[in-house]
Amino acid sequence: MSAILPASAPVGLQSLRDPDDPPVIRLVGVETALLGRQVLDGVTLDIPARRITVIIGLSGAGKSVILRHMIGLTRPDRGQVFMDGVDINLLSKKGLYALRDRFGVMFQTGALFESMTVFDNVAFPLREKTELGEGEIREKVNRLLALVGLPDTGGKYPDELSGGMVRRVALARAMVMDPEIIFFDEPTTGLDPIIRNSILKLLCDTWREHAFTMVMVSHDIPEIFNWCHHLVVVRAGKIAAAGPTASVLASEDPFVQQLLKGDIAGPVRLL
Amino acid sequence: MRKIFERIGTGALRGIDVLGSTGLFLLESVAHCFVPPYRPRRIVEQIHFVGVKSLFVIVLTASFTGMVLAIQGFHTLRKFGSEGLLGSVVALSLIRELGPVLTALMVIGRAGSAMTAEIGILRISGVIMALDAMAIEPRKFLVSPRLVGSVVAVPLLTAIFIVVGILGGWLVGVGLLGVNVGDYFGRMEQSVEFADIAGGLWKSFAFAILIGWVCTWKGYNTQRGAQGVGRATTSAVVVSSVLVLVGDYILTSVLL
Repeated sequence: MSAILPASAPVGLQSLRDPDDPPVIRLVGVETALLGRQVLDGVTLDIPARRITVIIGLSGAGKSVILRHMIGLTRPDRGQVFMDGVDINLLSKKGLYALRDRFGVMFQTGALFESMTVFDNVAFPLREKTELGEGEIREKVNRLLALVGLPDTGGKYPDELSGGMVRRVALARAMVMDPEIIFFDEPTTGLDPIIRNSILKLLCDTWREHAFTMVMVSHDIPEIFNWCHHLVVVRAGKIAAAGPTASVLASEDPFVQQLLKGDIAGPVRLL
Repeated sequence: MRKIFERIGTGALRGIDVLGSTGLFLLESVAHCFVPPYRPRRIVEQIHFVGVKSLFVIVLTASFTGMVLAIQGFHTLRKFGSEGLLGSVVALSLIRELGPVLTALMVIGRAGSAMTAEIGILRISGVIMALDAMAIEPRKFLVSPRLVGSVVAVPLLTAIFIVVGILGGWLVGVGLLGVNVGDYFGRMEQSVEFADIAGGLWKSFAFAILIGWVCTWKGYNTQRGAQGVGRATTSAVVVSSVLVLVGDYILTSVLL
Protein backbone atom coordinates (compact mmCIF):
# COMPACT_ATOMS: atom_id res chain seq x y z
CA MET A 1 0.00 0.00 0.00
CA SER A 2 2.97 2.32 0.40
CA ALA A 3 2.80 2.84 -3.35
CA ILE A 4 -0.68 4.28 -2.98
CA LEU A 5 0.19 6.70 -0.24
CA PRO A 6 3.25 8.90 0.06
CA ALA A 7 5.03 7.76 3.20
CA SER A 8 6.17 11.24 4.17
CA ALA A 9 3.02 12.86 5.51
CA PRO A 10 -0.63 12.16 6.05
CA VAL A 11 -1.70 15.26 4.13
CA GLY A 12 -2.77 14.25 0.66
CA LEU A 13 -4.62 11.08 1.65
CA GLN A 14 -7.74 12.59 0.11
CA SER A 15 -6.06 13.13 -3.23
CA LEU A 16 -5.86 9.38 -3.86
CA ARG A 17 -7.75 8.05 -6.78
CA ASP A 18 -10.65 5.96 -5.54
CA PRO A 19 -10.45 2.25 -6.20
CA ASP A 20 -12.78 0.87 -8.83
CA ASP A 21 -14.02 -1.84 -6.46
CA PRO A 22 -17.65 -1.67 -5.38
CA PRO A 23 -18.14 -0.18 -1.89
CA VAL A 24 -17.54 -2.65 0.91
CA ILE A 25 -20.42 -1.24 2.99
CA ARG A 26 -23.57 0.31 1.62
CA LEU A 27 -26.47 1.80 3.59
CA VAL A 28 -29.66 2.30 1.58
CA GLY A 29 -32.55 4.39 2.92
CA VAL A 30 -31.83 3.51 6.54
CA GLU A 31 -34.41 4.87 8.97
CA THR A 32 -34.21 4.24 12.70
CA ALA A 33 -36.08 5.63 15.67
CA LEU A 34 -34.75 5.17 19.20
CA LEU A 35 -36.89 5.95 22.27
CA GLY A 36 -39.46 7.61 20.02
CA ARG A 37 -36.92 9.92 18.33
CA GLN A 38 -36.05 9.62 14.64
CA VAL A 39 -32.27 9.15 14.82
CA LEU A 40 -31.60 8.17 11.21
CA ASP A 41 -33.84 9.48 8.47
CA GLY A 42 -33.17 7.90 5.11
CA VAL A 43 -29.40 7.45 5.27
CA THR A 44 -27.89 6.27 2.01
CA LEU A 45 -24.14 5.94 2.09
CA ASP A 46 -21.24 4.04 0.50
CA ILE A 47 -18.06 3.14 2.35
CA PRO A 48 -15.17 2.51 -0.07
CA ALA A 49 -12.92 -0.48 0.45
CA ARG A 50 -9.33 -0.04 1.68
CA ARG A 51 -9.80 3.62 2.55
CA ILE A 52 -10.11 5.66 5.74
CA THR A 53 -13.62 7.11 5.95
CA VAL A 54 -14.48 9.57 8.70
CA ILE A 55 -18.01 10.42 9.80
CA ILE A 56 -18.44 13.88 11.35
CA GLY A 57 -21.42 15.87 12.56
CA LEU A 58 -22.94 17.57 15.56
CA SER A 59 -23.39 15.64 18.79
CA GLY A 60 -26.55 13.56 18.60
CA ALA A 61 -26.66 13.73 14.80
CA GLY A 62 -26.59 9.93 14.51
CA LYS A 63 -22.91 9.24 13.69
CA SER A 64 -22.41 6.44 16.22
CA VAL A 65 -25.80 4.97 15.31
CA ILE A 66 -24.67 4.74 11.68
CA LEU A 67 -21.55 2.93 12.87
CA ARG A 68 -23.63 0.52 14.96
CA HIS A 69 -25.80 -0.23 11.93
CA MET A 70 -22.69 -1.11 9.93
CA ILE A 71 -21.58 -3.55 12.63
CA GLY A 72 -25.11 -4.96 12.94
CA LEU A 73 -25.44 -3.95 16.58
CA THR A 74 -28.56 -1.93 15.74
CA ARG A 75 -31.18 -2.96 13.19
CA PRO A 76 -32.92 -0.30 11.12
CA ASP A 77 -36.68 0.17 11.16
CA ARG A 78 -36.52 0.60 7.38
CA GLY A 79 -33.80 0.35 4.75
CA GLN A 80 -30.89 -2.02 4.22
CA VAL A 81 -27.28 -2.32 5.27
CA PHE A 82 -25.17 -4.26 2.78
CA MET A 83 -21.75 -5.73 3.46
CA ASP A 84 -20.13 -6.93 0.25
CA GLY A 85 -23.60 -7.01 -1.29
CA VAL A 86 -25.17 -9.05 1.53
CA ASP A 87 -28.00 -7.47 3.54
CA ILE A 88 -26.70 -8.00 7.05
CA ASN A 89 -30.14 -7.62 8.59
CA LEU A 90 -31.31 -10.74 6.80
CA LEU A 91 -28.47 -12.79 8.29
CA SER A 92 -29.02 -15.24 11.14
CA LYS A 93 -27.10 -14.58 14.34
CA LYS A 94 -24.56 -17.18 13.26
CA GLY A 95 -24.18 -15.48 9.88
CA LEU A 96 -23.86 -12.07 11.49
CA TYR A 97 -21.18 -13.36 13.87
CA ALA A 98 -19.32 -14.91 10.94
CA LEU A 99 -19.42 -11.49 9.29
CA ARG A 100 -18.22 -9.76 12.46
CA ASP A 101 -15.21 -12.05 12.49
CA ARG A 102 -14.02 -9.82 9.64
CA PHE A 103 -14.34 -6.68 11.81
CA GLY A 104 -12.32 -5.01 14.48
CA VAL A 105 -14.10 -2.46 16.62
CA MET A 106 -12.56 0.18 18.84
CA PHE A 107 -15.04 1.86 21.14
CA GLN A 108 -14.84 5.39 22.53
CA THR A 109 -14.02 4.28 26.07
CA GLY A 110 -11.84 1.37 25.00
CA ALA A 111 -14.33 -1.13 26.50
CA LEU A 112 -11.50 -3.15 28.04
CA PHE A 113 -11.96 -5.71 30.80
CA GLU A 114 -10.79 -3.87 33.93
CA SER A 115 -10.11 -7.18 35.67
CA MET A 116 -7.69 -8.35 32.94
CA THR A 117 -4.17 -7.18 32.24
CA VAL A 118 -3.38 -5.30 29.04
CA PHE A 119 -1.86 -8.48 27.60
CA ASP A 120 -4.95 -10.56 28.43
CA ASN A 121 -7.25 -7.89 27.00
CA VAL A 122 -5.43 -7.93 23.68
CA ALA A 123 -5.13 -11.72 23.71
CA PHE A 124 -8.80 -12.15 24.61
CA PRO A 125 -10.23 -12.51 21.03
CA LEU A 126 -7.41 -14.91 20.09
CA ARG A 127 -8.07 -17.13 23.12
CA GLU A 128 -11.83 -17.06 22.58
CA LYS A 129 -11.97 -17.47 18.83
CA THR A 130 -8.84 -19.26 17.65
CA GLU A 131 -6.95 -22.44 18.40
CA LEU A 132 -3.59 -20.66 18.63
CA GLY A 133 -1.17 -21.86 21.29
CA GLU A 134 0.00 -19.56 24.09
CA GLY A 135 3.39 -19.10 22.39
CA GLU A 136 1.83 -17.83 19.17
CA ILE A 137 -0.60 -15.64 21.11
CA ARG A 138 2.27 -14.16 23.13
CA GLU A 139 4.26 -13.40 20.00
CA LYS A 140 1.31 -11.77 18.23
CA VAL A 141 0.13 -9.73 21.23
CA ASN A 142 3.63 -8.48 22.02
CA ARG A 143 4.12 -7.49 18.38
CA LEU A 144 0.87 -5.52 18.39
CA LEU A 145 1.62 -3.86 21.72
CA ALA A 146 4.96 -2.78 20.29
CA LEU A 147 3.19 -1.51 17.17
CA VAL A 148 0.90 0.73 19.23
CA GLY A 149 3.89 1.95 21.25
CA LEU A 150 3.16 0.05 24.46
CA PRO A 151 5.79 -2.70 24.49
CA ASP A 152 6.21 -2.87 28.27
CA THR A 153 2.65 -2.53 29.50
CA GLY A 154 1.41 -6.11 29.04
CA GLY A 155 1.36 -6.77 32.78
CA LYS A 156 -0.49 -3.59 33.71
CA TYR A 157 -4.21 -3.22 34.28
CA PRO A 158 -6.33 -0.71 32.32
CA ASP A 159 -6.85 1.50 35.39
CA GLU A 160 -3.07 1.96 35.61
CA LEU A 161 -2.97 3.50 32.12
CA SER A 162 -3.71 6.99 30.79
CA GLY A 163 -6.69 7.59 28.49
CA GLY A 164 -4.46 7.64 25.42
CA MET A 165 -2.80 4.36 26.40
CA VAL A 166 -6.18 2.71 26.94
CA ARG A 167 -7.22 3.74 23.41
CA ARG A 168 -4.00 2.28 22.02
CA VAL A 169 -4.60 -1.00 23.84
CA ALA A 170 -8.12 -0.99 22.40
CA LEU A 171 -6.62 -0.42 18.95
CA ALA A 172 -4.28 -3.37 19.44
CA ARG A 173 -7.25 -5.54 20.45
CA ALA A 174 -9.24 -4.33 17.43
CA MET A 175 -6.36 -5.40 15.14
CA VAL A 176 -5.44 -8.68 16.78
CA MET A 177 -7.71 -10.85 14.63
CA ASP A 178 -6.33 -9.34 11.40
CA PRO A 179 -9.65 -7.79 10.43
CA GLU A 180 -10.55 -6.54 6.98
CA ILE A 181 -12.52 -3.60 8.37
CA ILE A 182 -11.93 -1.62 11.55
CA PHE A 183 -14.57 0.66 13.06
CA PHE A 184 -13.59 3.45 15.45
CA ASP A 185 -16.13 5.26 17.59
CA GLU A 186 -14.51 8.57 18.54
CA PRO A 187 -11.05 7.10 19.16
CA THR A 188 -9.49 10.40 20.23
CA THR A 189 -12.29 12.25 22.00
CA GLY A 190 -11.16 13.86 25.25
CA LEU A 191 -7.44 13.43 24.60
CA ASP A 192 -4.87 16.22 24.48
CA PRO A 193 -3.71 17.34 21.01
CA ILE A 194 -0.36 15.54 21.11
CA ILE A 195 -1.84 12.19 22.12
CA ARG A 196 -4.72 12.73 19.71
CA ASN A 197 -2.40 13.32 16.76
CA SER A 198 -0.19 10.42 17.86
CA ILE A 199 -3.17 8.10 17.75
CA LEU A 200 -4.34 9.46 14.40
CA LYS A 201 -0.83 9.00 13.01
CA LEU A 202 -0.79 5.49 14.43
CA LEU A 203 -4.07 4.73 12.65
CA CYS A 204 -2.66 6.13 9.44
CA ASP A 205 0.57 4.13 9.79
CA THR A 206 -1.48 1.03 10.50
CA TRP A 207 -3.48 1.69 7.37
CA ARG A 208 -0.28 2.09 5.37
CA GLU A 209 0.91 -1.30 6.57
CA HIS A 210 -2.30 -3.30 6.35
CA ALA A 211 -4.66 -1.28 4.10
CA PHE A 212 -7.67 -2.07 6.28
CA THR A 213 -10.96 -0.43 5.45
CA MET A 214 -11.33 2.02 8.32
CA VAL A 215 -14.52 3.79 9.34
CA MET A 216 -14.19 6.35 12.07
CA VAL A 217 -16.59 8.63 13.93
CA SER A 218 -14.73 11.76 14.96
CA HIS A 219 -15.10 15.26 16.36
CA ASP A 220 -11.51 16.22 15.60
CA ILE A 221 -12.22 19.04 13.16
CA PRO A 222 -10.15 20.21 11.31
CA GLU A 223 -7.22 17.87 12.21
CA ILE A 224 -9.05 14.81 11.02
CA PHE A 225 -9.14 16.10 7.43
CA ASN A 226 -5.44 15.38 7.20
CA TRP A 227 -5.95 11.74 8.07
CA CYS A 228 -8.83 10.52 5.95
CA HIS A 229 -9.60 9.75 2.32
CA HIS A 230 -13.33 10.12 2.58
CA LEU A 231 -15.55 12.31 4.65
CA VAL A 232 -19.21 11.89 5.57
CA VAL A 233 -21.11 14.78 7.16
CA VAL A 234 -24.22 13.85 9.11
CA ARG A 235 -26.92 16.33 10.06
CA ALA A 236 -29.98 15.35 12.11
CA GLY A 237 -29.96 11.75 10.90
CA LYS A 238 -29.38 12.61 7.27
CA ILE A 239 -26.27 12.70 5.11
CA ALA A 240 -25.44 16.34 4.43
CA ALA A 241 -22.35 15.54 2.34
CA ALA A 242 -20.23 12.51 1.50
CA GLY A 243 -17.29 11.83 -0.76
CA PRO A 244 -13.54 12.30 -1.08
CA THR A 245 -12.32 14.68 1.62
CA ALA A 246 -11.30 17.41 -0.82
CA SER A 247 -14.71 17.51 -2.48
CA VAL A 248 -16.55 17.62 0.86
CA LEU A 249 -14.27 20.40 2.09
CA ALA A 250 -15.19 22.33 -1.08
CA SER A 251 -18.92 21.81 -0.49
CA GLU A 252 -21.02 24.96 -0.66
CA ASP A 253 -23.65 23.55 1.70
CA PRO A 254 -24.00 26.19 4.45
CA PHE A 255 -24.28 23.57 7.22
CA VAL A 256 -21.19 21.73 6.02
CA GLN A 257 -19.22 24.97 5.90
CA GLN A 258 -20.48 25.98 9.36
CA LEU A 259 -19.43 22.62 10.81
CA LEU A 260 -16.05 22.63 9.09
CA LYS A 261 -15.26 26.14 10.31
CA GLY A 262 -16.97 25.80 13.68
CA ASP A 263 -18.90 29.02 13.07
CA ILE A 264 -21.47 30.14 15.60
CA ALA A 265 -23.42 31.85 12.83
CA GLY A 266 -25.04 29.63 10.23
CA PRO A 267 -28.00 27.37 9.71
CA VAL A 268 -27.45 25.75 13.12
CA ARG A 269 -28.04 28.12 16.03
CA LEU A 270 -27.66 26.58 19.45
CA LEU A 271 -28.02 29.79 21.48
CA MET B 1 -62.70 5.58 34.04
CA ARG B 2 -61.01 5.10 30.70
CA LYS B 3 -57.69 6.23 32.16
CA ILE B 4 -57.92 3.60 34.89
CA PHE B 5 -58.38 0.85 32.29
CA GLU B 6 -55.55 2.32 30.23
CA ARG B 7 -53.23 2.18 33.24
CA ILE B 8 -54.26 -1.36 34.07
CA GLY B 9 -53.74 -2.37 30.44
CA THR B 10 -50.35 -0.65 30.22
CA GLY B 11 -49.23 -2.28 33.47
CA ALA B 12 -50.41 -5.69 32.32
CA LEU B 13 -48.65 -5.32 28.96
CA ARG B 14 -45.43 -4.23 30.69
CA GLY B 15 -45.70 -7.20 33.04
CA ILE B 16 -46.15 -9.61 30.14
CA ASP B 17 -43.25 -7.97 28.32
CA VAL B 18 -40.94 -8.40 31.34
CA LEU B 19 -42.07 -11.99 31.86
CA GLY B 20 -41.48 -12.78 28.20
CA SER B 21 -38.07 -11.15 28.00
CA THR B 22 -36.84 -12.66 31.29
CA GLY B 23 -38.16 -16.07 30.22
CA LEU B 24 -36.40 -15.86 26.88
CA PHE B 25 -33.24 -14.65 28.61
CA LEU B 26 -33.24 -17.76 30.83
CA LEU B 27 -34.10 -20.18 28.03
CA GLU B 28 -31.42 -18.81 25.70
CA SER B 29 -28.82 -18.73 28.48
CA VAL B 30 -29.60 -22.35 29.39
CA ALA B 31 -29.46 -23.32 25.70
CA HIS B 32 -26.03 -21.67 25.40
CA CYS B 33 -24.75 -24.05 28.13
CA PHE B 34 -25.11 -26.93 25.70
CA VAL B 35 -23.46 -25.28 22.69
CA PRO B 36 -19.67 -25.23 22.24
CA PRO B 37 -17.33 -23.64 23.18
CA TYR B 38 -18.06 -24.84 26.73
CA ARG B 39 -15.44 -22.72 28.52
CA PRO B 40 -14.93 -25.17 31.46
CA ARG B 41 -12.43 -22.82 33.07
CA ARG B 42 -15.00 -20.05 33.37
CA ILE B 43 -17.50 -22.52 34.85
CA VAL B 44 -14.96 -23.69 37.43
CA GLU B 45 -14.21 -20.05 38.27
CA GLN B 46 -17.89 -19.44 38.90
CA ILE B 47 -18.30 -22.59 41.00
CA HIS B 48 -15.33 -21.35 43.04
CA PHE B 49 -16.79 -17.86 43.30
CA VAL B 50 -20.32 -18.94 44.28
CA GLY B 51 -19.35 -22.04 46.23
CA VAL B 52 -15.93 -21.90 47.84
CA LYS B 53 -16.01 -18.18 48.55
CA SER B 54 -19.45 -18.46 50.19
CA LEU B 55 -18.33 -21.32 52.41
CA PHE B 56 -17.32 -19.23 55.40
CA VAL B 57 -20.58 -17.30 55.61
CA ILE B 58 -22.57 -20.50 55.07
CA VAL B 59 -20.76 -22.36 57.85
CA LEU B 60 -21.14 -19.39 60.20
CA THR B 61 -24.85 -18.95 59.48
CA ALA B 62 -25.55 -22.66 59.60
CA SER B 63 -23.88 -23.21 62.95
CA PHE B 64 -25.76 -20.36 64.65
CA THR B 65 -29.04 -21.40 63.00
CA GLY B 66 -28.59 -24.93 64.32
CA MET B 67 -27.73 -23.60 67.79
CA VAL B 68 -30.77 -21.31 67.93
CA LEU B 69 -33.00 -24.10 66.67
CA ALA B 70 -31.69 -26.35 69.43
CA ILE B 71 -32.39 -23.78 72.17
CA GLN B 72 -35.87 -22.92 70.88
CA GLY B 73 -36.72 -26.52 70.12
CA PHE B 74 -35.49 -27.73 73.51
CA HIS B 75 -37.60 -25.25 75.50
CA THR B 76 -40.71 -25.96 73.42
CA LEU B 77 -40.30 -29.75 73.52
CA ARG B 78 -39.64 -29.72 77.28
CA LYS B 79 -43.19 -28.45 77.83
CA PHE B 80 -44.40 -31.75 76.39
CA GLY B 81 -41.65 -33.87 77.92
CA SER B 82 -40.27 -34.66 74.45
CA GLU B 83 -36.73 -33.29 74.63
CA GLY B 84 -35.53 -36.50 73.01
CA LEU B 85 -37.10 -35.37 69.74
CA LEU B 86 -34.74 -32.41 69.50
CA GLY B 87 -32.56 -34.06 66.87
CA SER B 88 -35.59 -34.70 64.63
CA VAL B 89 -36.83 -31.15 65.00
CA VAL B 90 -33.45 -29.63 64.18
CA ALA B 91 -32.76 -31.96 61.27
CA LEU B 92 -36.20 -31.75 59.66
CA SER B 93 -36.32 -27.95 60.00
CA LEU B 94 -32.91 -27.65 58.37
CA ILE B 95 -33.41 -30.23 55.64
CA ARG B 96 -36.89 -29.22 54.54
CA GLU B 97 -36.83 -25.44 54.98
CA LEU B 98 -34.06 -23.55 56.62
CA GLY B 99 -31.15 -25.16 54.83
CA PRO B 100 -32.30 -24.42 51.26
CA VAL B 101 -33.86 -21.03 52.08
CA LEU B 102 -31.09 -19.58 54.24
CA THR B 103 -28.37 -20.88 51.91
CA ALA B 104 -30.14 -19.21 48.98
CA LEU B 105 -30.48 -15.93 50.89
CA MET B 106 -26.80 -15.99 51.90
CA VAL B 107 -25.70 -16.75 48.32
CA ILE B 108 -27.90 -13.91 47.04
CA GLY B 109 -26.28 -11.50 49.50
CA ARG B 110 -22.72 -12.58 48.83
CA ALA B 111 -22.51 -13.88 45.28
CA GLY B 112 -25.76 -12.83 43.58
CA SER B 113 -25.26 -9.14 44.30
CA ALA B 114 -21.67 -9.39 43.01
CA MET B 115 -22.89 -11.10 39.82
CA THR B 116 -25.31 -8.26 39.17
CA ALA B 117 -22.75 -5.56 39.92
CA GLU B 118 -20.04 -7.19 37.79
CA ILE B 119 -22.26 -7.72 34.75
CA GLY B 120 -23.82 -4.28 35.27
CA ILE B 121 -20.41 -2.60 35.20
CA LEU B 122 -19.53 -4.51 32.04
CA ARG B 123 -22.78 -3.26 30.53
CA ILE B 124 -22.28 0.42 31.37
CA SER B 125 -18.60 0.38 30.37
CA GLY B 126 -19.52 -0.93 26.92
CA VAL B 127 -17.78 -4.31 27.32
CA ILE B 128 -20.98 -6.27 26.62
CA MET B 129 -21.45 -4.35 23.37
CA ALA B 130 -17.76 -4.92 22.58
CA LEU B 131 -18.18 -8.68 23.14
CA ASP B 132 -21.13 -8.69 20.75
CA ALA B 133 -19.10 -6.69 18.22
CA MET B 134 -16.28 -9.24 18.57
CA ALA B 135 -18.80 -11.97 17.65
CA ILE B 136 -18.64 -13.42 21.17
CA GLU B 137 -22.18 -14.09 22.40
CA PRO B 138 -22.30 -12.06 25.67
CA ARG B 139 -24.91 -14.25 27.36
CA LYS B 140 -22.93 -17.38 26.61
CA PHE B 141 -19.77 -15.76 27.91
CA LEU B 142 -21.18 -13.98 30.98
CA VAL B 143 -24.49 -15.57 31.97
CA SER B 144 -24.28 -19.29 31.18
CA PRO B 145 -21.16 -19.98 33.32
CA ARG B 146 -22.77 -18.16 36.24
CA LEU B 147 -25.97 -20.20 35.87
CA VAL B 148 -23.99 -23.45 35.84
CA GLY B 149 -21.86 -22.23 38.75
CA SER B 150 -24.98 -21.51 40.81
CA VAL B 151 -26.67 -24.79 39.93
CA VAL B 152 -23.59 -26.77 40.97
CA ALA B 153 -22.60 -24.75 44.04
CA VAL B 154 -25.91 -23.90 45.74
CA PRO B 155 -27.09 -27.51 46.34
CA LEU B 156 -23.63 -28.38 47.67
CA LEU B 157 -23.68 -25.35 49.96
CA THR B 158 -27.16 -26.37 51.10
CA ALA B 159 -25.90 -29.84 52.02
CA ILE B 160 -23.03 -28.26 53.96
CA PHE B 161 -25.45 -25.86 55.67
CA ILE B 162 -27.64 -28.75 56.81
CA VAL B 163 -24.73 -30.81 58.15
CA VAL B 164 -23.16 -27.87 59.96
CA GLY B 165 -26.57 -26.81 61.32
CA ILE B 166 -27.17 -30.28 62.72
CA LEU B 167 -23.74 -30.17 64.36
CA GLY B 168 -24.52 -26.72 65.79
CA GLY B 169 -27.76 -28.12 67.21
CA TRP B 170 -25.82 -31.05 68.66
CA LEU B 171 -23.31 -28.71 70.29
CA VAL B 172 -26.02 -26.77 72.12
CA GLY B 173 -28.60 -29.54 72.58
CA VAL B 174 -26.23 -32.25 73.73
CA GLY B 175 -23.28 -30.23 74.99
CA LEU B 176 -25.09 -27.44 76.84
CA LEU B 177 -28.70 -28.50 77.41
CA GLY B 178 -28.02 -32.13 78.29
CA VAL B 179 -30.01 -33.98 75.64
CA ASN B 180 -28.84 -37.56 75.25
CA VAL B 181 -26.54 -37.91 72.24
CA GLY B 182 -28.14 -41.24 71.27
CA ASP B 183 -31.58 -39.65 71.32
CA TYR B 184 -30.37 -36.69 69.30
CA PHE B 185 -28.98 -38.72 66.42
CA GLY B 186 -31.15 -41.82 66.81
CA ARG B 187 -34.47 -39.98 66.56
CA MET B 188 -33.07 -38.01 63.66
CA GLU B 189 -32.31 -41.22 61.78
CA GLN B 190 -35.83 -42.53 62.48
CA SER B 191 -37.71 -39.41 61.41
CA VAL B 192 -35.75 -38.15 58.41
CA GLU B 193 -36.80 -39.85 55.18
CA PHE B 194 -35.25 -39.76 51.76
CA ALA B 195 -38.21 -37.67 50.51
CA ASP B 196 -37.24 -34.93 52.99
CA ILE B 197 -33.68 -34.81 51.68
CA ALA B 198 -34.80 -34.98 48.05
CA GLY B 199 -37.33 -32.20 48.67
CA GLY B 200 -34.65 -29.99 50.21
CA LEU B 201 -32.28 -30.61 47.33
CA TRP B 202 -35.00 -29.92 44.75
CA LYS B 203 -35.64 -26.62 46.46
CA SER B 204 -31.96 -25.69 46.50
CA PHE B 205 -31.72 -26.60 42.80
CA ALA B 206 -34.71 -24.38 42.00
CA PHE B 207 -33.32 -21.53 44.10
CA ALA B 208 -29.96 -21.84 42.35
CA ILE B 209 -31.60 -21.30 38.96
CA LEU B 210 -33.64 -18.44 40.39
CA ILE B 211 -30.57 -16.70 41.81
CA GLY B 212 -28.53 -17.10 38.63
CA TRP B 213 -31.47 -16.00 36.50
CA VAL B 214 -32.56 -12.89 38.41
CA CYS B 215 -29.08 -11.63 39.33
CA THR B 216 -27.61 -12.00 35.84
CA TRP B 217 -30.72 -10.57 34.17
CA LYS B 218 -30.68 -7.51 36.40
CA GLY B 219 -26.99 -6.96 35.69
CA TYR B 220 -27.36 -7.59 31.97
CA ASN B 221 -30.09 -4.95 31.68
CA THR B 222 -28.38 -2.29 33.80
CA GLN B 223 -28.77 1.25 32.51
CA ARG B 224 -27.75 4.77 33.49
CA GLY B 225 -24.26 4.59 34.89
CA ALA B 226 -22.98 3.89 38.38
CA GLN B 227 -26.31 4.75 39.96
CA GLY B 228 -27.93 2.23 37.66
CA VAL B 229 -25.51 -0.47 38.85
CA GLY B 230 -26.46 0.31 42.45
CA ARG B 231 -30.16 0.19 41.62
CA ALA B 232 -29.80 -3.06 39.67
CA THR B 233 -27.86 -4.69 42.53
CA THR B 234 -30.41 -3.67 45.17
CA SER B 235 -33.25 -4.76 42.93
CA ALA B 236 -31.57 -8.12 42.22
CA VAL B 237 -31.16 -8.84 45.95
CA VAL B 238 -34.71 -7.80 46.83
CA VAL B 239 -36.42 -9.53 43.91
CA SER B 240 -34.48 -12.78 44.19
CA SER B 241 -34.90 -12.92 47.98
CA VAL B 242 -38.66 -12.40 47.71
CA LEU B 243 -38.89 -14.95 44.89
CA VAL B 244 -36.97 -17.48 46.99
CA LEU B 245 -39.49 -17.10 49.82
CA VAL B 246 -42.49 -17.22 47.47
CA GLY B 247 -40.93 -20.14 45.61
CA ASP B 248 -40.33 -21.91 48.91
CA TYR B 249 -44.02 -21.69 49.76
CA ILE B 250 -45.07 -22.98 46.34
CA LEU B 251 -42.54 -25.82 46.35
CA THR B 252 -43.44 -26.81 49.91
CA SER B 253 -47.11 -26.95 48.90
CA VAL B 254 -46.26 -29.12 45.89
CA LEU B 255 -43.72 -31.38 47.60
CA LEU B 256 -45.65 -32.12 50.79
